Amino acid sequence: MNDETLFGRVSRFIGTLRHCQHLGIRALSATENELVVELPYSDAIVGNPETGVIHGGAITTLMDTASGTVVICALPEFELCPTLDLRVDYMRAAEPGYPVYARARAYRVTNNIVFTRCETFQEDPEQTIAHCVGTFMRIGPEATPKAYRDLITGGDDE
Amino acid sequence: MSLSGEMRSALQAGDYQALIRAVPYARTLGMECETFGEEVVFRLPRSDDNLGNPILPAIHGGVIGGFLEMSAMISLMMSQETPRLPRIVDFSLDYLRAGLDRDTFCECHLTRQGNRVANVIVTAWQQSRRKPIATARAHFIMD
Repeated sequence: MNDETLFGRVSRFIGTLRHCQHLGIRALSATENELVVELPYSDAIVGNPETGVIHGGAITTLMDTASGTVVICALPEFELCPTLDLRVDYMRAAEPGYPVYARARAYRVTNNIVFTRCETFQEDPEQTIAHCVGTFMRIGPEATPKAYRDLITGGDDE
Repeated sequence: MSLSGEMRSALQAGDYQALIRAVPYARTLGMECETFGEEVVFRLPRSDDNLGNPILPAIHGGVIGGFLEMSAMISLMMSQETPRLPRIVDFSLDYLRAGLDRDTFCECHLTRQGNRVANVIVTAWQQSRRKPIATARAHFIMD
């Protein structure tokens, strides 16, 4: 799949996730095995009203989204893969007023499991806000209704 | 330590619902809290805005994570003798069953509290406590 096809698929997929629309989460780029997703700053995700710092839960949502969606970049065919677990380390607070980016990679794909890694950062990609490893279960493309698969692939050429 | 006046007075009054109302992200999720004597159960009422997978439909995994993390933090703050703001260090989340489009509940256990670090375990369920949908473990630094 070329990058344009992948980007179309991941964008349509994230577009179907209601909570992502609610927070304004969107894909910025997609290549084979790598995806970058953005979480815009908003008052709705603030954890500490005194400082305006984003709550860790919103960062977890960003990383779950990026890790769950990079699975699309790593598999030959679109299939929904439920999250088995996520393990998140928070390195530093995100600076209020600026978007947070998540870069996710699928670093190992087996018949049953997709293993992912994800980092979040703001302006400087070297200044990691949080780091996450995840595992996703493969349940096969047949487990996802054809109408939904068609919606995500959007009639592209595979 | 930077705690808003609203958070500080909710902590001093031991008012869980007021503490939740003081945190914008908790209001965004729509979470609530019920106390039964000394037992505390957090509740995440079903909401279209919290959905992820539209096929089942199911709650976004990140929302479940955020709900558990927020609950852990609130119960930890409430367990302190003086108002303190915990900072999360790490969070480990196991998804056991799909979180369907219905109310979700969770309860927290403060496993260990040292001078600077606290460990909290959270269990979430929907229809039955005996069928947890997720469990989480978190470490916090106490400022």
